[in-house]
Amino acid sequence: MLNLKIEEILIQAQKSGWVMEPEAKRLLSMAGIPVPALKWIKTESGALQAARSIGYPVVAKVVSPEILHKSDIGGVVVGIDDDARLSEVYRRFSAMKGFAGILVEEIVTGMEMIVGAKIDYQFGPVVLVGIGGTGVEVYGDTALRMAPLNENDVSSMLSSLKGAALLKGHRGSQPVSISALIRLVMDFSALVMDLSDHIESIDLNPVKCTRDKCVVADARILLPKP
Amino acid sequence: MFHPETIAVVGVSLTNDRHPANVIYNKIHLRYPVKVYPVNPRGGFLQSNRVYPSIGDIPSAVDLAVIAARAEFVEEILKACIEKGVGGAVIVSGGFAESNRTDLQKNLVCLAREADFPFIGPNCLGIYAPNRFDTFFLPGERIIRPNPGSVAIISQSGGVLVDQMVKFSEQGVGLSLAVSIGNKALIRELDLIHHLDQDPDTRVIALYIEGFEKNEGRLFVETVRGIQKPVIVLKAGKTAEGSRAATSHTASLAGDYRVFSEVLAQQGILEARNEFEMVSFCESLSCYHRPISGNIGIITASGGHGVLASDACTTHGLSVPQLGDADRAGIRESLSERLRAIASLQNPIDLTGSAEDDDFVAAATGLSQVPGIDCVILLLLPYSPGISSDLGARMSYIFRGQNKPLIAYVPHHEKYRMLIEGFELNNVPVASSIDGAVLMAEALRRCRPC
Repeated sequence: MLNLKIEEILIQAQKSGWVMEPEAKRLLSMAGIPVPALKWIKTESGALQAARSIGYPVVAKVVSPEILHKSDIGGVVVGIDDDARLSEVYRRFSAMKGFAGILVEEIVTGMEMIVGAKIDYQFGPVVLVGIGGTGVEVYGDTALRMAPLNENDVSSMLSSLKGAALLKGHRGSQPVSISALIRLVMDFSALVMDLSDHIESIDLNPVKCTRDKCVVADARILLPKP
Repeated sequence: MFHPETIAVVGVSLTNDRHPANVIYNKIHLRYPVKVYPVNPRGGFLQSNRVYPSIGDIPSAVDLAVIAARAEFVEEILKACIEKGVGGAVIVSGGFAESNRTDLQKNLVCLAREADFPFIGPNCLGIYAPNRFDTFFLPGERIIRPNPGSVAIISQSGGVLVDQMVKFSEQGVGLSLAVSIGNKALIRELDLIHHLDQDPDTRVIALYIEGFEKNEGRLFVETVRGIQKPVIVLKAGKTAEGSRAATSHTASLAGDYRVFSEVLAQQGILEARNEFEMVSFCESLSCYHRPISGNIGIITASGGHGVLASDACTTHGLSVPQLGDADRAGIRESLSERLRAIASLQNPIDLTGSAEDDDFVAAATGLSQVPGIDCVILLLLPYSPGISSDLGARMSYIFRGQNKPLIAYVPHHEKYRMLIEGFELNNVPVASSIDGAVLMAEALRRCRPC
């Protein structure tokens, strides 16, 4: 069921062994998974134009096949308010190794979740859901199941989390849309089943969830070693 | 091959009585209701029985060949088995994949696949079928032999299997079949699960697994999902992790063992974390075949035991609900007059050291009738003077009357043997510790088909 455009993205990424964020998000959005409004631009003037059309403030991320962990080297800047700041960021990014453009993106907020998958040697595609963000490995609050998942699977995964109460709104914080989250995880599970021969793992981290939607703020797709 | 009437043991030594093949031949010849033929290319006589030079020379049909010859001879022996129309083989011999002779092993598999000939091993102990036959090259007097029963064990490790048999025997768990699959070159866990699913003697399937081949785990859970018998797995090798862990959050959070464990749980396959859990789960699921929701009633003769058991229930995801006034009054009414004043009828019900058989029977009957309770744990301290050896048998009738599983704890000492057997022979599981009793209840809560 793999469509040609998705296949093309994966073929393009084979050289570096992973799919860069703008392409990963394009792939996800073709599978019906919500991503922010974004533009992948290779010139400074184009970046400014993109930011104006998306509307400030925006996020900027460096795009490079050689940079897997963008935030480790200052390759992610949030809350850019105007042209001057964006120009400055663009120039800094353009000096980074393997520079292949800048990703200008709408700012999305919400509770941070992780949705991930890996192709397990013994069990094939498995899907993970949990409390996301940069502390994901510290807290390790995730649930894991063999794909494909149905609605009951996802729902019981979410209620098995230690942080399940946070999803329902805890001490005045906004609850998140459980139905949007379940929808996203099920679409993701279906995508992972289709891609199982072509990928090694996928991290959607964070997925930002609010009371009316869940959007993938960052995505990384690793391909199997040839 | 699991119900042979005739067995050939290939590779017996004419000079060395302690050769593994001779040990196997002797035990089958002397102790089992099976006709057995020794095979050695040199022919001659073994203990005045004729030795056949080849399997083809045996005058009758052969249901099972046990092959304990050197690795390089096994291929030829297998060919002879196929030609003779033998039912199947257990290849005890080592010296294959485990010693970097994958080539020899591959040849056997190709040969067997082509002829549709089943074999177990190589590098294994093979089959143990209580009171029928076994292919273990361990002298009978050295191993502990569990009674026939309804639990089948499949193990990649022969050593772990023999040790589990010791534990089963100590704990009074009966065995339907034990199979050590060694290198599992041809017959693997899945094939045996298919067989055991159809085996009327087997109620519970227990496995010791080190690892699966690529995607075999997925096939395993999909197969087990279609089986109406509880499957219990003890996994070895829990610490090995994926190599690219650092690059992906998911890969680092979903290590090999975590995936194994969570996928099994997702499919309702019971994972035992250690041997103790394994034996406890097997005992309980061999006695009771219906899942419970996990509301436990506890009866004890000592307050402390009651509290320890409640704590253990909570730790293992079971609840110990309070009893209503009417239920308590009913149970109090049924106790002997002497006890009515001193027994505490919260849950746990503490009948005190003054309780006698009749009080235990009355309390267990009453507790089993409470709709909110779906399993009763009975903590019996046989040093209480009011408890007799008849109690086990009497208690077992309660389950049959109320259909709520009863689990007993009795300290396992020779002195209390008759009390313990009163339970066990009447199909009530008896744990040797409080934790063991709670694990037995946990097994009933966690299993999907029971």
